[in-house]
Amino acid sequence: MTEPAIEVTALDHFFGDGEARKQALFDVHLAVARGSLTILMGPSGSGKTTLLTLMGCLREVHAGSVRVLDQELFQSDEITRIDMRRRLGFVFQAHNLHDSLTARQNVMMGLQVHGRGDPKRHVQAADHLLGLLGLGERLVYRPGNLSGGQKQRVAIARALASNPDIIFADEPTAALDKVSGLAAVRLFKELGRARGTTTVMVTHDSRILDMADRLVTLEDGRIVEDRAGAARDA
Amino acid sequence: MTAFLAGLLGRLPIGYLQLTHHPGRLLAALAGVAFANVLVFVQLGLAGSMAESVAIPYRLFQPDLLIMSPAESETLSDASTLPRQRLFQALVHPDVTDGTPIYMGRSTWISGHDASSSIQFFGIAPDAGAFVHDALAAPLISLSLADTALVDTLTRFVDMRSFAAAHPEAPVPFEMQNRQLGAIGTVSIGGGFGGDGVFLVSDQTFFHLFPQRSAATPSHILLSLEPGADPGRVAAELAQLYPPDTVRIRKITDAMDQEVRYQMTERPTGLIFAFGVAIGVVVGIVIAYQVLSADVADHIREYATFKAMGFRQGFFVGIILEEAIILAAIGFWPGLALSELFYRSLAYLTNIPIFMTPDRAVAVFIGTIIACALSGVLAMRKLAAAEPADLF
Repeated sequence: MTEPAIEVTALDHFFGDGEARKQALFDVHLAVARGSLTILMGPSGSGKTTLLTLMGCLREVHAGSVRVLDQELFQSDEITRIDMRRRLGFVFQAHNLHDSLTARQNVMMGLQVHGRGDPKRHVQAADHLLGLLGLGERLVYRPGNLSGGQKQRVAIARALASNPDIIFADEPTAALDKVSGLAAVRLFKELGRARGTTTVMVTHDSRILDMADRLVTLEDGRIVEDRAGAARDA
Repeated sequence: MTAFLAGLLGRLPIGYLQLTHHPGRLLAALAGVAFANVLVFVQLGLAGSMAESVAIPYRLFQPDLLIMSPAESETLSDASTLPRQRLFQALVHPDVTDGTPIYMGRSTWISGHDASSSIQFFGIAPDAGAFVHDALAAPLISLSLADTALVDTLTRFVDMRSFAAAHPEAPVPFEMQNRQLGAIGTVSIGGGFGGDGVFLVSDQTFFHLFPQRSAATPSHILLSLEPGADPGRVAAELAQLYPPDTVRIRKITDAMDQEVRYQMTERPTGLIFAFGVAIGVVVGIVIAYQVLSADVADHIREYATFKAMGFRQGFFVGIILEEAIILAAIGFWPGLALSELFYRSLAYLTNIPIFMTPDRAVAVFIGTIIACALSGVLAMRKLAAAEPADLF
């Protein structure tokens, strides 16, 4: 049996200090298999985003254990977390594209995080990814000239550009129509099969739930349900 | 440009792309940097002009040593007189080959239209050509004619065109100090901060113009030395010949440098110019800081995204310094052009020796880069607000 891509054990997390201290996660245990698509669900404030950011090496782990790609994050330093993030891909609900850069340049940033590289190959890789996501005609468009769905697809291309081992996505299909949303999730699934890329996604989009290998539901900072998805069952 | 900078930086030139994405804001930023440059250039130009105007009278003479009275001896024009006997005492030294006194006085040229110019007169023996600038040696001899003068064609507030044809055989008459004089030639010296022009006359004509002055009390004494004699050693030995604290003996270049330093660091004018330069630098830093910090604030989510992607602090430092250097490198040139225009206008209107020097332009360019980079360093504090975890 292969090591899970992510292994969370007895994870607690707090925000604030003193009397304002508030616990966001309680004794969370979770193992995410490599190459799988896991969907985190739950009402607002349930802790799913906090869990996502902890697994995504974006926050310091206060208590418990989070192992990502065999790296323990508890008591890890900032440099370690930054290095780990280079192996991850992020897709944000608000896309967060750089408004001064073209679609191609935004995607190239996903490659340049790893160093200088060959600029021509970066351009080719960015163009290829954008083509796969149906944006071959929008390579030199800036975000201001793209629709919400197109921006989200550029953000997905940026996250995939560096061949990440894990993709963390927050409502990646919220701005996409049904066809584009399904195409994007299929791409994540395909990457899981072909490259072993693991995807952890927070979503309320019921259209894609049946594509998940696993569905995890959180409430009040606790995992209340953890079950195999329809895709796994199939 | 993007491809060039990308090749240079080894990454996409994010700073350049951010700046050029908002042309209006970029233009305003460049105008601000140019304005700060003009402020600094103006103050440096005026300070340089003052230093130059201090130096010009010294350059009329080329002795090996200059003897001044110790009282107010920081400046050539304000120093007290000293006994001519000091000259004769100096000539006793075996390495002193010759000497001559010079006399300085100030008079007013009345133009007749409620306008006047302050003229600095130098009186020197017509046969003392060895002590003056090479170009003055020949015309100096002509001053042996009584009541003649070499007049300054760059005298401020005076139309000197009528003196252009002045010649020993055809003197151009004029009146000063209630005395009829004849201009037998011209010099081109110009005014400065202490006067509007310089006229040269013989020592005898000087006493006609300033009857209260005596040949026995010159303003300064010029000495020439044997070839190869060390001026420093001779100055020290001469000092032993005189009663303590009665003279100050220096090479004329040292005296000039010391007066320039004195005027720039101890006189209010010099301090005002230095303060003006400081104000210009502060204004430049503030403007660049405002632009850069506003730019960081505008792109805080993008920076947080880059942090989430795994870019390190050096990457962000690089972007902000890239922006700072671009602002400095582009904003400098309009500032330089405007300053050159200002210098020329001021020189034309006032005749003061104000002009751009390559050293000054390079120094201000480097200073602009440093000031903008410093602003960038200050603006980097805003980067701490870019928290990638908050993106979700």
